[in-house]
Amino acid sequence: MADPMKIRAAMAGDKVEVKVLMSHEMETGQRKDAKGAVVPAWFIQNVTAQHNGKTVLSAEWGPAVSKNPFLAFRFSGGKPGDKVTITWTDNHGDTRTDEATIS
Amino acid sequence: MLQGGGGAAVLGLAMAAGLFKPGRAWAQGWNKAAFEVKTLNDAVKAMGGAPPTESKDITITSPDIAENGAVVPFTISSKIPNTESISVLVEKNPSILAAKFDFPQGTEPWVNTRVKMGQTSNVFAVVKTSDGKFYYAPKEVKVTLGGCGG
Repeated sequence: MADPMKIRAAMAGDKVEVKVLMSHEMETGQRKDAKGAVVPAWFIQNVTAQHNGKTVLSAEWGPAVSKNPFLAFRFSGGKPGDKVTITWTDNHGDTRTDEATIS
Repeated sequence: MLQGGGGAAVLGLAMAAGLFKPGRAWAQGWNKAAFEVKTLNDAVKAMGGAPPTESKDITITSPDIAENGAVVPFTISSKIPNTESISVLVEKNPSILAAKFDFPQGTEPWVNTRVKMGQTSNVFAVVKTSDGKFYYAPKEVKVTLGGCGG
């Protein structure tokens, strides 16, 4: 299981600003190891953010997203104390879900 | 949530077992075709659109010169009404499409993320509206140390 995400969700005016730092290699499939063998691609493909069971952001990523991906976005309708849930799934089928409380 | 994860795990196993040939789309809608093409127009076509129109209502904020191509920060926002998605494309990367973000109603068409750039290149932000039209804005970013090599 991958390391937990770091999620910060805070009110910014009347919106909620969410910042997420994920822990993932995001291997491109372009690199070669010391022996000259291609290092297989290994990267997050799908990201979904939910607030009160409603999707507030979804994303499709390729291997060009940087290692240990960072993502920030803003949505309306949240208030302090609400939960925001982020889920990612990578091209190996591994998945991770983490939650944060809006402050 | 659990269901989705379980489905993806099963698909992963099925792929490992060779039941799905590479090249088939899978898992919660990942647009494989769009992530394989090399040009702006082909990427938009793979997303179901006609060649996009340039727009001044898309803002790309990034360094003009990136010292480290492995981590180039971008903030992209759109003032185009009914913006449904924003994609980040790097023209000279092995595949042009880096990431696509979908904004349901209530989410601001604004995103901040970091992508890899193999070399100095044009970066395109592509906006899709809810009526299926595509718009883009270009920005050149110079890279002094590429982010795709070994």
